[in-house]
Amino acid sequence: MENTPILRVENVSKSYNGKAVLKSVSLELNAGQHKVLIGPSGGGKSTLLHCMNYLVTPDSGRIQLDGREVNAHSRKELYAFRQQVGMIFQEFNLFDHLTALDNVAIALRKVKGQSRKEAETRAMAELERVGLADRARHYPAELSGGQKQRVSIARALAMDPKVMLLDEPTSALDPELTGEVVSVIRALARSGMTMAMATHQMEFARALADEILFMQGGEIIERGSPAELLAPGAATRTADFCRRLAEMGGD
Amino acid sequence: MQHTLDVLIEAVPFLVGGVGTTLLIVIGGMLLGLVLGVPLAVGQVYGNAVTRRAAGLYVWFFRGIPILVLLFLFYYGLFHLIGLNLGAVAAAILVLGMTSAAYQSQIFRGSILSLSQGQFRAASALGMSNAQAIATIILPQALRLSLPGWSNEYSIMLKDSALVFVLGATEIMARTHFVASREYQHMPLYITAALLYFLLTWAGVRSLRTFERKVAIRGYGRT
Repeated sequence: MENTPILRVENVSKSYNGKAVLKSVSLELNAGQHKVLIGPSGGGKSTLLHCMNYLVTPDSGRIQLDGREVNAHSRKELYAFRQQVGMIFQEFNLFDHLTALDNVAIALRKVKGQSRKEAETRAMAELERVGLADRARHYPAELSGGQKQRVSIARALAMDPKVMLLDEPTSALDPELTGEVVSVIRALARSGMTMAMATHQMEFARALADEILFMQGGEIIERGSPAELLAPGAATRTADFCRRLAEMGGD
Repeated sequence: MQHTLDVLIEAVPFLVGGVGTTLLIVIGGMLLGLVLGVPLAVGQVYGNAVTRRAAGLYVWFFRGIPILVLLFLFYYGLFHLIGLNLGAVAAAILVLGMTSAAYQSQIFRGSILSLSQGQFRAASALGMSNAQAIATIILPQALRLSLPGWSNEYSIMLKDSALVFVLGATEIMARTHFVASREYQHMPLYITAALLYFLLTWAGVRSLRTFERKVAIRGYGRT
């Protein structure tokens, strides 16, 4: 495999009202890699993922997709870039006025210029992939949280992204509904999709991650394989954080 | 009593004849208000400092001046000054429509702001431009949410339309005023006019309510 990372983040910083949320963060995502961001809330995980899709414009730093730097001043480039970087949100963000099918099809039609028929065929295929073909005509209000999140995954996949960013995809779900979303994401990982995901579910992180990045105070303060960071008795911040999560009755 | 009845028998068809003009003014005004109000709202929510300011000024201007003053100001003043030779009905539609745009824009603005920002972000994440996200994701929902307020605006404009008799548009009020001042039968004639306005309000609000149900999305707003 060649050595150009699919997505490369270099010294990205962001502050809000003078408070630094990201302090010169760098990371690379190679083809097929799965990196998991963990750490306390407010540590910068979500902002980092949003910067990686330019939904939040970094104050400084560079982001490259396939070795090409994105020119954030050109709207056209920005829109083209975002199409190739799929984003899954904690709170799903489905379009409430559209059926599951139209949620997936709308961007194919409006952004990719596909005909309604073409777009709906593809949308149906993506809904099948996440096990929701029978819910295609349902509106978001008629779906459970887990189903909504699966529709949002189908919606992102339909755009054929080169990489997927997942911002705590199971955090807003009732515990009994996380399973269906986790298994869809695992299947996606097995299919070779390049991914970066923030999560508080340690078991999930451990199973999925090639590398765990521990973020706190806007910095990546530890990185390594789950085996290294979470080894029994490891004196790492990551292991410590996990123990505390477990004590709080996490997972 | 006999005289009153004679006057009414003769006058009612004449007053009813004004319904068309009243409706033309109100429907024209509502549509103009919609066409101007949507971009005003979008400009106020999503625009840069200049558009926000401009939209804000527009709204303050038309909300801050009585319609009667605006009617005279535009019909006898501005339109005359710029050589715009409009009939009373067209002038009424313009003034009521521009005024309504100010109010309608605030109905739409409220609806837009009530939507979660997340949906806009999701649309952006899929590669939609801001304009596409607004047109395909935000407005279809915001306009649905605006229907109750819009129906209220209809009932207000219908009654405001009675003011345009001062320009000589032959709508319900002007016709009533005309017959009443000739026949000296104010009570029965104005009761008839009141009934007509009441019926039009009722029919319009009912129709909009039906429309609202027709375009409603299953389960929406019952989260």
